[in-house]
Amino acid sequence: MNSKMKLFSYGTVDTPIHKLSGLTKLICFLLLTFAAMFSYDIRVILAIMVFSIAILMVSQIKFSQIRLMVIYVLIFLITNAVISFFFSPEEGVKIYGTRHPIAGLYGDLDLTWEQIFYQVTKFFKYGSVIPLGMVFLLTTNPSEFASSLNGVGVNYKAAFAVSLTLRYFPDIQREYQDISLSQQARGLELSHKAKFTDRFKNSLLIVIPLIFSSLDRIDLISNAMDLRGFAKSKKRTWYTSKNMTGQDYMAILISTLIFLAAAGVSIFINHSRFYNPFI
Amino acid sequence: MKQAIIEFQDFSFQYHSQAKPTLHDINLKIYPGEKILIVGPSGSGKSTLGHCLNGLIPFSYRGEILGSLKINGRETKEEDIFSLSKMLGTVLQDSDGQFVGLTAGEDIAFALENDNVPHDEMHERVEKVSEMVGMRDWLTSSPFELSGGQKQRTSLAGVMIDDVDILLFDEPLANLDPATGKKAIEIIDDIHKESKKTVIIIEHRLEDVLHRDIDRVLVIREGRIIADMNAHELVSSTILTENGIREPLYVTALKYADVKVTSEMLPGHITTLKTEFSKDALNKWHDAIKEDDRQNTNPSILKMDGVNFSYDGVRPILSDVSFDIPRGEMVSIVGKNGAGKSTLSKLLCGFNKQDKGVIYYKGEDIKDKSIKERAELIGLVMQNPNQMISKPMIYDEVALGLRLRNVPEEQIAEKVEKILKVCGLAPFRKWPISALSYGQKKRVTIASILVLDPSILILDEPTAGQDFRHYTEIMEFLVEINKLGVTVILITHDMHLMLEYTPRAIVLAGGRKIADTAASIVLTDAQVIKEANLKETSLFNLAQMADIEDGTHFVQGFIDYERRMKNR
Repeated sequence: MNSKMKLFSYGTVDTPIHKLSGLTKLICFLLLTFAAMFSYDIRVILAIMVFSIAILMVSQIKFSQIRLMVIYVLIFLITNAVISFFFSPEEGVKIYGTRHPIAGLYGDLDLTWEQIFYQVTKFFKYGSVIPLGMVFLLTTNPSEFASSLNGVGVNYKAAFAVSLTLRYFPDIQREYQDISLSQQARGLELSHKAKFTDRFKNSLLIVIPLIFSSLDRIDLISNAMDLRGFAKSKKRTWYTSKNMTGQDYMAILISTLIFLAAAGVSIFINHSRFYNPFI
Repeated sequence: MKQAIIEFQDFSFQYHSQAKPTLHDINLKIYPGEKILIVGPSGSGKSTLGHCLNGLIPFSYRGEILGSLKINGRETKEEDIFSLSKMLGTVLQDSDGQFVGLTAGEDIAFALENDNVPHDEMHERVEKVSEMVGMRDWLTSSPFELSGGQKQRTSLAGVMIDDVDILLFDEPLANLDPATGKKAIEIIDDIHKESKKTVIIIEHRLEDVLHRDIDRVLVIREGRIIADMNAHELVSSTILTENGIREPLYVTALKYADVKVTSEMLPGHITTLKTEFSKDALNKWHDAIKEDDRQNTNPSILKMDGVNFSYDGVRPILSDVSFDIPRGEMVSIVGKNGAGKSTLSKLLCGFNKQDKGVIYYKGEDIKDKSIKERAELIGLVMQNPNQMISKPMIYDEVALGLRLRNVPEEQIAEKVEKILKVCGLAPFRKWPISALSYGQKKRVTIASILVLDPSILILDEPTAGQDFRHYTEIMEFLVEINKLGVTVILITHDMHLMLEYTPRAIVLAGGRKIADTAASIVLTDAQVIKEANLKETSLFNLAQMADIEDGTHFVQGFIDYERRMKNR
């Protein structure tokens, strides 16, 4: 049962994406994300989106693995779109400098082509990055994750904290369950039958033993780490880091080119971050 | 004259938080390649001695050091923990907690990572050292996929990878089942022989460590070394019994048979023991054993009938488990990790529901009783008291279960007083729990369950990590509770506990019940021992060496004799 308790449902499939080092994937992910975030040109964004969906296909991720994430993302994007329309319905008009109303909605509130165009662009902007994030999480070995963070300049102590969290999270989770059950056996009511204030007080009865047993654990872990020389020097190497291969450099090159192209389109063609079809 | 690798000179240590020194006037020399065992009861200072060696003192635990401690001729006070860790590697007690990597390979490589060893060299060295401890095929496994023994071997590889001169084992047997513990002692011995490293083992389970050779045994009491001799001399002296350290069971048996144990008999290890002097006495004693009558004719209180359970519907955790426990019995449930012991207790408490089969309490199916209702029939005491204690004061902790049930405060006061008295906690009723010892905390958790008046008490490893004195204290307390009519079920892999305290043992292996009989029969049955990762008791070996045919009868006779001695 416990072997299934992994935070990311990381799977080992033999694809070119899985073979890349975690550092490469993180760098590519960041480059492509910057490209998509910087540009408001729907042509560029759609191109990145096609690219990232292609990557998703190549890495053979099954829809069942990402279904839940996709649903959450869609809910978030739709809510975001509705809210930004009602808070700032003239944003598109301000950006593109023209106003082509389609229909009057309520009082002064109009639906304009500019607003639709702006919001559709924004929708795809997020939509193009998310598949990349999923690919990164689902094809990177969790232990490699820390070493890649360190690789892009995150302090190794902070990066190692990520790895430690992944290591001990299931332990703490199991301990929480055990404590919770034994306290329920003593009569603790955590269901909706109890009043809110009681439930809050009752949950303390679980959290307090959890804190004390976790403190014991922290003491042990820090001793174990001290005894094997953690934090001895300013740098450290990683057992799980992969050596960079030609494919890695190729992937970084491609991502850099996409990033430069996206920036280039903005600077030399659109002369702004926005693509304006209205003038 | 060889140069000592470790040298204590008039060494004392006092923790800043303590009023008195924990170690006094330690004078000790350990030579390269020696294999040393340090024994002593809890609180004797043996772990503190270990911390002084590996540098956790004064690096993590502050205090005042007097005198000198040199390792490889270097004064440790002037070194830091990192340079000490290059000379002396420590394998800590809790092999799960100290597993810092996400896989065995990463954990073994941890010290090299911190040393900035290049990636390729690191992999090469990890493979080499993992080969030595037999973990070569498990490098990509996560700690959840490894057994306790494998985790310990991973820790061992993790310190050996630095090519240290000295290996320090801090209670290596504490979390292992008997068979794995025996294997661990063998692995330590093999590595000692092959690598010629100096090995120091801190442990209170003397007999288990003496499964293989030891050059010298040091006994520590109240911060002083009171004995420094070889195993044969130590075992034939009175030092062990005087200092609350359990002597090997076969030695106790020899004494019961009126044999004077001397170092000429080489009694340090069962394998070296010469029985020619004691054969007759043992046979005479064995023939005089009277059978104890132990029929429990009480009606059934707990019955499992054909219980099956699986978490995922695919892999069975329990299959077709049936047993019947009469009221007032004391039973142990044994088996290696993953055999289904804790799942069994979870089913009994209603935390999980069985897929098939029935659980009867006094003949009544308890399928529909909630966790809360079952708690009034069957109480569960978890292994670590810190996992249960949630109130700062003893009284409140014991009263918690009643308060949650909205019992009027006057009734609570009456019940809690009574239970505190039963548990010997009455003098402490106004104390904060933080002021109690581990054993007392354990009593508080037992009291907080007993206050709900369950007629069955299940305890998960009640004596784990306890020395002989605390072990006896907790177990004798449970015997008292048992005499009050409470049925006691112990989940354990402590073989002494099984033998001495529970007339009956239920053995699980791979989710099936493979034995349900007297502990003396279980621990002399080679097949059951193998399947359940147990270890033959040395009493049985002794019987065989003395040409006593019915070894099981001899073991049973020993238990009965001991019980009669105690009750006298």
